[in-house]
Amino acid sequence: MGDELKRTVLHGAHLALGAKMVPFSGWEMPVQYGGVIAEHKAVRERAGLFDVSHMGRYAVRGPGAAAFLQSVFTNDVAALKIGQAHYGFLCNERGGVVDDVIIFRRGADAYWAIVNAGNRDKDWQWLDAHRRGPSTGSGRGAVTLRDDSADWSLIALQGPQALAILSQFTSLDFDTIPYYHCADTTVAGHEAFVARTGYTGEDGVEIAVRSEAIADLWTRLVEAGAVPCGLGARDTLRLEAAMALYGHELNDDTNPLEANLKRFIKMEKGEFVGRAALTQSLADGLKRKLVGLAMVDRGIARAGYALQAGGAPAGEVTSGAPAISLNQNIALAYVPVAYSPPGTPLDVLIRDRPARAQVVKTPFYSRKRRET
Amino acid sequence: MPSPADLRYSRDHEWVKLNGHEATIGITDYAQHALGDVVYVEVNAVGKPVVQFEVFGVVESVKAASDLFAPISGKVTAVNEALADNPEWVNAAPYGEGWMIKVSAANLAELDKLMSAADYDAYLTTL
Repeated sequence: MGDELKRTVLHGAHLALGAKMVPFSGWEMPVQYGGVIAEHKAVRERAGLFDVSHMGRYAVRGPGAAAFLQSVFTNDVAALKIGQAHYGFLCNERGGVVDDVIIFRRGADAYWAIVNAGNRDKDWQWLDAHRRGPSTGSGRGAVTLRDDSADWSLIALQGPQALAILSQFTSLDFDTIPYYHCADTTVAGHEAFVARTGYTGEDGVEIAVRSEAIADLWTRLVEAGAVPCGLGARDTLRLEAAMALYGHELNDDTNPLEANLKRFIKMEKGEFVGRAALTQSLADGLKRKLVGLAMVDRGIARAGYALQAGGAPAGEVTSGAPAISLNQNIALAYVPVAYSPPGTPLDVLIRDRPARAQVVKTPFYSRKRRET
Repeated sequence: MPSPADLRYSRDHEWVKLNGHEATIGITDYAQHALGDVVYVEVNAVGKPVVQFEVFGVVESVKAASDLFAPISGKVTAVNEALADNPEWVNAAPYGEGWMIKVSAANLAELDKLMSAADYDAYLTTL
């Protein structure tokens, strides 16, 4: 089987909880504990807890950190206040996506980039190469890169009860960290980084503590009612929220503008790697667009299935699953721009038979925001 | 839990229960565990043939679609229509309400290519 799978610090905790472990991007990770449907519903209705320590945590620091990140990231790093986060992309010169990442500003010259598990080595090399690149000599200050992934473990606590559960363990005032904000604080007596981010479409947080403390925090949160959730539910939850998954909706050859992610690409901020190619693609006109599909006929569209419009090729499914919270089968797909308006009928070839589907608005699922 | 003694099993984790020439077919408890939550079952319609060790349908879990392989050849005489609304029965009762099709078995000698419950349970320990 080749290389041995890597394990997170919580591996033993997962086995103790009866998790079914699977290979994922070089890591042995829990795909489910009790069952994907039950875990999915727990996150939508209560609170779920995910081990996401397989993702990379890279510290970017120094007087040149902001200018460096601005030059390799599509969102506007200069606009980040301390304690704020932006989602965006590392793009290659062709405008393709090296990775989709979240950059957190933790101090005046201190940033954290959280990157996908499968792209850790690629991103590191990419960042390091550009850190040493020609722009270093043009007056930008020093930048250091540090891999914090082993020293710090990361979990996600997600769902309508996530903040109430976490409040039992921290004095952090969540009103001070709105969506896509973060703080350094203490959780259950452990030094912690808490971010109001997630990948489920629910309110919640991602929490990093030193790796020697993660098992204690995990156990305490589970005892407080957070339901352990695996990669299976993580995938169905993010799909309902129409969030992109690297390797499915995004890769080195996809144009993030075609993935409907323009709001995370700030062309006007100035030069960054990939900007010229992205600008050119807009001038040329985008060829395809990522859309949401809802199945009309029975059957589930899966990644890689072909689409047809009146018998002619009309794109490809990138992700598909039953939408557990919606009682409907849904998918994300790249289609020619002409077929992208909501309401457009398309056929998905499921085992060589056309099944009717319809383009729908995304996200498929939006959480009910509490009235205040 | 040992597998039910009155069934025969394939290496693809399907079971068959014979009543005269009528063979009831489903997937094993091991298979439903491996699949996770079943959300959709699609099988050959009544009147269609199935061939031993060839695909007779597909079972979809939340995560993936998996082919179903017939443990015995014959013509489909019944389909478990209730699974359309209750696919979770495949998880809850793989040897009972979660059955998938019935066929009129063409050749009972094919049973020799299947495993007894004891042999199947021994086979599972090798996986």
